[in-house]
Amino acid sequence: MNTVPLWIEVAVAALLLTSGMLSLAAALGLARLKTFFQRMHPPALASTCGAWCVTLGSVVYFSVLEGRLTVYALVVNVLVALTAPVTTTLLARAALFRKRQAGEDVPPALSKGID
Amino acid sequence: MSLFLSAATYVTVGCYALAMAIALWRMLWGPSAQDRVLALDFVYVNGMLVILVLGIRYASQMYFEAALLIALFGFVSSAAMAKFLLRGEAIE
Repeated sequence: MNTVPLWIEVAVAALLLTSGMLSLAAALGLARLKTFFQRMHPPALASTCGAWCVTLGSVVYFSVLEGRLTVYALVVNVLVALTAPVTTTLLARAALFRKRQAGEDVPPALSKGID
Repeated sequence: MSLFLSAATYVTVGCYALAMAIALWRMLWGPSAQDRVLALDFVYVNGMLVILVLGIRYASQMYFEAALLIALFGFVSSAAMAKFLLRGEAIE
């Protein structure tokens, strides 16, 4: 175990605080935007930029602490990048379907059986 | 771990906790069911980030597995609930 120099700690702390602020901004957007399709956008801020900042900080900190390159925090990013679009697409289709059933003003279905 | 980085991790975890509280408000009072699912997915992402930051705070690599599991469970539960809203059943 090495001791971590101060400028590495400053860099890691800046990355972490950036991630926290991004997550807070996403939550405020989730609370304040008007319609559901607008509210679908802010959570992507936390799962892309927020997660990248935290995992980059983690990679830098553990690489310096152990004296070798440790990159497997990036696996989290790969998993989130694979799963977040699937969830978003499914939710958008569900919301379109439900709003159409409720008779609200949304675009019509392109063909029968496909939402 | 210096006092500086320790304080930074605690402030970051506080930001995540505040974000989760706001999302919890949206989950409890959200006007439609898809709003609640969206807020729950956001809470899962924040929980994963909290675990990653605590892994830095306690300088332990064991936290990554927990973060991966939380991300995976969040995806499965959100996808199942979105599928339920779409079709009325989770598994066809």
